[in-house]
Amino acid sequence: MTINEIQDELIDDFSFFDDWMAKYEYIIQLGKELPLIDDRYKTDHYLIKGCQSKVWLHADHQDGRVIFTADSDAIITKGLVGLMVKVLSGHAPDQIANSNLYFIDEIGLKEHLSPTRANGLLSMVKQMKLYAVALNAKA
Amino acid sequence: MERTAVLERFDVNNVRKDFPILTRTVNGKPLVYLDNGATTQKPRQVIDAIAHYYTQLNSNVHRGVHHLSQLATDAFEVTRRKLKPFINAAHEHEIVLTKGTTESINLVATCYGKAFLHAGDEIIISTMEHHSNIVPWQIVCEERGAVLKVVPINEAGELDMAAYRSMLSDRTKMVAITYVSNALGTVNPVKEIIDLAHASGAAVLVDAAQAIQHLPIDVQALDVDFLVFSGHKMYGPTGIGILYGKEKWLNAMPPYQGGGEMIKEVTFAKTTYNELPFKYEAGTPNIEAGICLAHAIDYIQEIGLDQIARHEHELLEYATRRLLEIPGLRIIGTAKEKSSVVSFLLDGVHPYDVGVILDKLGVAVRTGHHCTQPLMDRYGIPGTVRASIAVYNTTEDIDALIAGVERAAAMLR
Repeated sequence: MTINEIQDELIDDFSFFDDWMAKYEYIIQLGKELPLIDDRYKTDHYLIKGCQSKVWLHADHQDGRVIFTADSDAIITKGLVGLMVKVLSGHAPDQIANSNLYFIDEIGLKEHLSPTRANGLLSMVKQMKLYAVALNAKA
Repeated sequence: MERTAVLERFDVNNVRKDFPILTRTVNGKPLVYLDNGATTQKPRQVIDAIAHYYTQLNSNVHRGVHHLSQLATDAFEVTRRKLKPFINAAHEHEIVLTKGTTESINLVATCYGKAFLHAGDEIIISTMEHHSNIVPWQIVCEERGAVLKVVPINEAGELDMAAYRSMLSDRTKMVAITYVSNALGTVNPVKEIIDLAHASGAAVLVDAAQAIQHLPIDVQALDVDFLVFSGHKMYGPTGIGILYGKEKWLNAMPPYQGGGEMIKEVTFAKTTYNELPFKYEAGTPNIEAGICLAHAIDYIQEIGLDQIARHEHELLEYATRRLLEIPGLRIIGTAKEKSSVVSFLLDGVHPYDVGVILDKLGVAVRTGHHCTQPLMDRYGIPGTVRASIAVYNTTEDIDALIAGVERAAAMLR
């Protein structure tokens, strides 16, 4: 599936939730399915520091695709990280770098990506794209 | 007799009517505002005064001879006049108006540092200080070659007074301490701290940002050298802060910034400085906030700080008791003397997650390290969930908080 196909599928999934609780329970579930970062990368070097919760992110280049693994110390942040990884992981670097993440708005999670949010998610999306740009330049 | 009448008149539902924002909804739920430690909401009296300022008074202060400038100047100086009895300062000119508590502390650290700090001198702060009462002292210590010493706390969040006593010496030049901890709610024994510091020849700055809106303060009875606080945490506008300083210190220290207002005469050869308090008020101040703070002071005094403290303390005790009924909930900060703040953690749950769920339920709390990272490190935690109480909060607000925390616990564990 392309990045946009995955986004469209997520928009469809989220359209079934009629209240915020179901939505957040789904996000928490996504966090549990997140491909976890190897413990040896859970260091300050891979840390994206939000004001409150922490995110660790690692990118690996395999057969022309970028594989992301990650973790967070807060469970909702971890779920949101899981969403981003689900959308962006496994694609070619140029596709990631040029992606337009319209699904965030559509599923009503924009508030988590505003610069004032304390979870570091905005920095994480930037970092994912930076990894992709760097890997693209190397390739 | 009169007192009883006043007590009977206090009705939180009447108080709430003064705060228009409390009727709004958040995420479809009635707003439950428990982030008063960050900033308080504003009563109609203050909001109306802001509109009145811009429709009737707007003009620069202390400069113009024209009518509006005089009106604005008079209104601005009314605030200073009202602050004097509010904290029982000996003189109006001991009250310097700044941007906020942070600027007030930076002013003292910088100017006191220039005048009185030398290599090897010591400054004492405590583990529970806000970053605003740590970083300015670190900067000045680095500049002057002085040493920063930190009074530890016990597990309850109370200062280790024996350690404090042992730190004081003739090298101590300044003790900078918070009156009420923003993260724990601890009320520190500032009178004792001041007396001990003075016995060692040190000056004392008390950070009253979390105290001024909760308990009566008398700077002369405390004999404090500097007292700092902010307008926006006491039902007043944002952008105005207060620095009370004893006349002898304010006269002895050099100015903070150069510019308009703070000068007496400027030539390219030499500038002489204005008298107190204008020496420390360079540039156009936040006139609107300065003027409207007077209405917040009136508002507090009309209800009375004793009454406010009593109401808030009842709610604090109620919140503490109800929170402790939640399994796996731990309160951070269990000092004997506390005011208006309850900080807590759910076992195994990140405070950020609790904050997100409470927000969805319309409950505004603060989560995170509360600008007290060294304090969080002391407890070995990433942060807390903090509910902070003001005069308009109710037992229903606390009930909404408890229901929200219970729901968060069910979802997040």
